[in-house]
This record gives sequence, structure tokens and C-alpha cells, in this order.
Amino acid sequence: MDTANPTASDMSAGSLGATEPGRARVHYHRRRTPVTWVRSGGLTTLLFALPLLLIFGAFSWYPMVRSVFLSMEMTPNLVTYTWVGLDNFRYVIHDPLLPIAVKNTAYFAFLALIFGYPIPLVAAVLMSEVRRHRGFYSALAYIPVVVPPVVSVLLWKEFYDGSVTGVFNTILGWVHMGPYAWLSSQQMAMPALVVESTWANAGGTVIIYLAALIGVNSELYEAASVDGASLWRKVWHITMPQLRGVMLVTLILQIIGTAQVFLEPYLFTQGGPNNKTLTVMLLIYQYAFGSSVGSGFGYATALSLMLAAFLALFSLIYLRATRSWSSE
Amino acid sequence: MKFNRSVRIVAALVVATSLLAVAASASSAAPTKTKKVTIKVVSLIPGSTNAAFAQWNTRAKQFMKANPNIKVLGVPYQWLGNTFAPMLAAKTLPYVFTVPFTDARTLGSHKELADITALAKKLPYFSKYNPPVIAEGKVGSKVYALPTAAYAQALHYNRALFTQAGLDPNKPPTTWAELQADAKQITDKTGKPGYVEMAASDNTGGWILTTDIYSLGGRVESGSGSKTKATLAGNSYITQALNLLHAMRWDDNSMGSNFNLSWGTINQAFAAGNVGMFISGSDVYTNMVQADSIDPAIYGIAPIPTASNKTAVVMGGGTLAAIAPYVTNAAQKAACMKWIDFFYEQPLVNKAQAIANAKTLVANKQPVGVPTFPVFNKKQFDLANSWIKPYFNVPRDQMAPFLTGIFKQKLAPEPGVATQDVYHSLDAVVQAVLTDKNADFAGLLNTAQKAAQTAINNS
Repeated sequence: MDTANPTASDMSAGSLGATEPGRARVHYHRRRTPVTWVRSGGLTTLLFALPLLLIFGAFSWYPMVRSVFLSMEMTPNLVTYTWVGLDNFRYVIHDPLLPIAVKNTAYFAFLALIFGYPIPLVAAVLMSEVRRHRGFYSALAYIPVVVPPVVSVLLWKEFYDGSVTGVFNTILGWVHMGPYAWLSSQQMAMPALVVESTWANAGGTVIIYLAALIGVNSELYEAASVDGASLWRKVWHITMPQLRGVMLVTLILQIIGTAQVFLEPYLFTQGGPNNKTLTVMLLIYQYAFGSSVGSGFGYATALSLMLAAFLALFSLIYLRATRSWSSE
Repeated sequence: MKFNRSVRIVAALVVATSLLAVAASASSAAPTKTKKVTIKVVSLIPGSTNAAFAQWNTRAKQFMKANPNIKVLGVPYQWLGNTFAPMLAAKTLPYVFTVPFTDARTLGSHKELADITALAKKLPYFSKYNPPVIAEGKVGSKVYALPTAAYAQALHYNRALFTQAGLDPNKPPTTWAELQADAKQITDKTGKPGYVEMAASDNTGGWILTTDIYSLGGRVESGSGSKTKATLAGNSYITQALNLLHAMRWDDNSMGSNFNLSWGTINQAFAAGNVGMFISGSDVYTNMVQADSIDPAIYGIAPIPTASNKTAVVMGGGTLAAIAPYVTNAAQKAACMKWIDFFYEQPLVNKAQAIANAKTLVANKQPVGVPTFPVFNKKQFDLANSWIKPYFNVPRDQMAPFLTGIFKQKLAPEPGVATQDVYHSLDAVVQAVLTDKNADFAGLLNTAQKAAQTAINNS
């Protein structure tokens, strides 16, 4: 393989010079000037990369850099910006709403892990066992993902309507239960959000698991069948170990996703009742836009950076801790 | 082809005369021809009926006919506490928009509204504004917004549910004790919530709780300007208001099971016949017609019950029209002011415009005669109402308890500093009382006090 496809080190001036004196490639490195770069198609490459660079620069990198500066500025209105150092971070750390938001976010992540993590896995395993209409079931699982998230939430808002005419309350009314307050209940609001979120997002994870299941060697199952293994033992001893890598990725993606949950609490409850569904992202939003006279971008970016730092650290520790496991 | 000399002279004269005529017409047209200006203005609340939009379009056409150099584009709009600032920052608000009394002065002092002092002072009726009302749009001597409507908080009630519950729909409650008893009776007899209160996290929960507190004699702020203090913690009037809500919610179970209603959704619920009584501005009937197709027969309105002490008042509020700070073109700014004058102010001061406005409203089955409050003085208010009285199409008889009772009440403006933030700090308090039987009032008010005082200090 090495001889057929020389590596970069094989193409160094010394080695080529020694074997093929006089050829243009001998002085390849010395002649790599702007002119040669242009002649070798550098401009075309740049031209193709330019839209990407511009879009990322304008909409991704610039806002990130700007938010670092903004986190150290006071923005009492949308016109003046005053440098305040780390005051915004101090304000956010001492805000009594921060521990509430962190606790709620952790609670959402925990509930999502309990409900939302195993359901796609179980669904995918069951669907992979189904021999007929597998496409139909896949589509059925994926449809909620296709529905625009805002539409999903508005739909579920009708389901959760706390009055006797709400969809769930009407159904429960048939068996003489309720009406329940759902989103207006301090105990039920967060689980209600998690249930909708699981319904809306499970489909994507199901597809990932289904794709991974296709990669599992069917001979393993056949061998297990010959040995008389039950379905459960096949799932536990073959499917799960084979999916471990994918499961790790989906777990970390889910934790990062749930740590940034915003849409559901914003659209369903706006953080209520009594801040029981106030999440970190919603608190960031409230800092930035909660006041109708416009202030608090500094606080919002400060908390955003703190969240980003935490998630980066979490990802790093998690990846290091599980490196050996995932590479087994 | 040859022409003789006289023909050539005639031809030359004709050509020369024609050119001169063209040049003359061009030069004479130049000074009168002005560039057409396009302005974007807010129209109606999204979701309003086609008839309501038809009425608005008719008014816009009347304006454009009178001002052929101005093109008006209407943009549906609803002021919401949590979307206004981002829209203003993103410059996605139309050039002309409305803001509540609570915000205009703060926005003006932040230069987030255009300075319209010079244009406003040219209006012939500028000096006739009710001084405390125009003050809502001024910072020092500078004018940033013009008042378009004022309201008093009112008790809206469903006359049909009153009748079903065995109550007299012509005798709405006049004390909080009566209100509580009526609410319980409505729930017991009809199964519908007798009294519902907005409790959403978009400041409306705090807004109505503050209305309750005012009606009992309390206030949520003291002092003024930089010496303003939040007065939430340990406030006995607030505790009294919370106890009242707690009793209706947990002892009487007369407040239903939906504690996430906001301004628009409570109107919907009421128009659908699912609410016995609720508190909101005296002018919400317009929205219930425009967006919720309310059956007029069920509608009743009365003054809010007030305690008998000297500080018990009815809280009032209102709306101002303003121009976005990013309208810097003088011609556009002048056109915006013309629109504000035509659309909002002329129907209040000009008989012909008032009648024209009322006629288009009636033609499109939109309400005329909804209870409002004087933007100018009471005399002008009564005069303007007399112009449009023949066109009243709302059930004024059913509004009699309010119309006869409200001018006997004392009215007071909303809290003066960081108003929406103070309301927001109270959102969680009212939510807690309605969703937690064992809510700790003192603890909740201490937390709200800190948040409100921080907002006041920052404003």
C-alpha cells in the first residue's frame, strides 16, 4: 500500500530529489509561493469556501466573539453599552432564580433520561424485530420529528388544556377522573413538558438506532438462536453491546440537548407556575428580552458563556471517562 | 425631398415651440411633484376577523386618498411584554406602533422612540391633552408618544351564567365579599369557573394582582424617580389580596383549573362562555368582537369592587402611539405623524372624522361605543361621544353598571417605575397562590421584593 500510494513524507524534496533529479516536483516546497498557489487552483478553492466562511463568520463566529464582549458590558437599553467587567457574572451568580433554573433543568434532564432515553431504544429494537411493514412503523415514529416543533407544542397545549374541555381532561372525564390542571400544576407541569418533548424528539433517535441495528452482524443472532438464546438474552448480550458506541453518542447528545431546553417551557408555560419550569435557557431569554423596555443582554450573555463552559467541561470529562469503554 | 423656405421656418417654429412647451411643463411640474413616501404602521391584533381588517383597510384608503403622496402598509400587531423589546431591537416593528402607558417614558428616555416634539406641537389640539395623560408620553419637555386611548380596569361578567346561577345580571358585585360569593354560586350552579384571573408569566399575572391590591387600598411602589422603593414584602394589602384569591381557589374552588391564562386567552375563554367574571381593561370588548366573535347578549361590565378606605382606587391605564427610532427620514416621520393624527386622534377631536370612523366601523360590524376614558378633558370626551352616539352598536344597556358607576370611583395610574418588571416579579406570586395550597406568602413576597427592587434600581 505504501509503495502504491506514497505518503507525504515520501514526497519530501530529499527523497524525490534523490530518485528523480531534474523533475519539477523536486523543488516543490521552495516554489510554493502565492503565484504557484493561485496557479494550482487556490483561488477556486477559496471561492468555493468563501460563502461558507462568510456565513459562518457572520452568523456563528462573530456572534460568539461579540457575546464574550457583551457579557462584560451593561446594556440598559439597546443603544448604549458600558464596560462593567465581571459585574454581569456576579449578578447572575447571585440571582436567586439561577439555582431554581439549574435545578429545574437538571430535573428536566433527569426525567428526559428516564422517559426519553430508553423509549427510542426499545422502539428501535422492537421495530427491528418486526418483519412486515417496518417502513410504516419507522415513518410513524418519525412523523412527530417532521411536525414543526412550535406546531407540536401548540397541539399539545390543547391536549393539556386545564379546563374540563381540554383533550386529556375530556378523555379522563369519561372514566370520572380529573379535571387536572396539567400545565398549571406545580407538580405536573415539568413531567408534562418531558412527555411532549419525548414524543416530539424520539423519532430521530429511533432512526439512528435502527441504522445501527442494521450494522449488527446477523450471524451473531443466528449463532445465539442455535444455542437456544431467548429474545431477551439476544438483546442483552448481542444488541446492547453492539449498540454501545451509538448509545454513548445519543446519551451525550441528549444531555447536551436537555441542558439547553427552551422551546417547551417557553411555549407551554413561560417558566410558570411559580418558576417550576424555568430552565437555564429560558432564564437567559428572560434576561435578554424579558423586560419590555429592553435590557439585560449583558446578563444573558454572561449566563450563556457559563452554560457553554459547563457543557464543554462536561463533554470533556465525559469523553475522557468513557474513552476506554467506548473504544473496547 | 425639398421644402421651400417658409415651410422650413414654420416647421422650425413648431419644433421650437413644442420644445419650449415641454420644457415649460417639465419646469412647472418639478416643484409640485414630491416623492411618494411609504410607511409601515400597525393594524390589528393577529387573528382579527376579516370584517375588522376590511374596516381598517377602508380607513387606510381614506387616508391615502387624502394624502396621495403617502402609501400606508398595515402590519398586524399586538404589544406583548416579552416580544416588544426584541422586535424593536431587531427593527422589525413597523414605523408607527402602540405601547402601553407603563413603558413610553422609559423607552423615550432610552431614545428607543423617535423624538416627535416638533411635529406633535404643530397639532392644533396638542395643548388640550389631559395633562396627566400626555405626561405618559413625555420625558421633560420632549414628546415621544401621543395618547390614543385610556381605560380603567373593570370587572367583566357573563350575564348568561349569572342568570343560570340565579343571580341578577343587572346587579353585579360591588364588594369583594359579594364577588367571592357570586363566583362560588356560579361554579356551584353551572360548573363553570365563577371568577378567573390572568396568571401567565408575561406580566399579566402581576398586572391583575396589582389591580386587586389597588382596589383594596394598597400600592406596590412608594416614592418617585431614583428614590422609588418596591413595597411588596410585608405589605398587608397584598396579603389580603392573596388571601382572597387563596380562599376562592382552595376553599370555594371557584376559579377553575387553568391558571396560565393571559390577556388574549382569557378574552377567548370568556367569549366562549367559560368564565363567570374576570378583570381586565374596560375596552377589551373590542378585542372580543374582533378576534373572538363574542355573543353580545352574554356581555356585562361593572366597576371593580373597591374597599371603603381612602386609598382604595381603580387602576387605570392606556395606550400611546409612537414612531420607531429608526425612522430618520424627515418626510417619512412627518407621514407617520399624519397617520397618528388621522387614525388615532382625529376621531377624538374632529366631528366629521369621528362620524366617518364610526360609519366604517358600523359598516364592517365592528364595535362603536365601547367604554373608554378621556384622553383629552371630560368635556371633549362627552362631546366626541355625542357625535357618534347614533352609531353605537354595543350593548350599552348591559354596560350601564360600569358607565354609571365608574365616574364615581377614584382612578389612579399604574406604578411609575419599572412597571412591567414589577408586574413580572408578581407573576410567580399569583401563580404560587393559585397552584400551591400551602404557598408561603411572606417568602414569595420577599423574593418578589428583591427582584422588583433590582429592576427599579436598574431602570
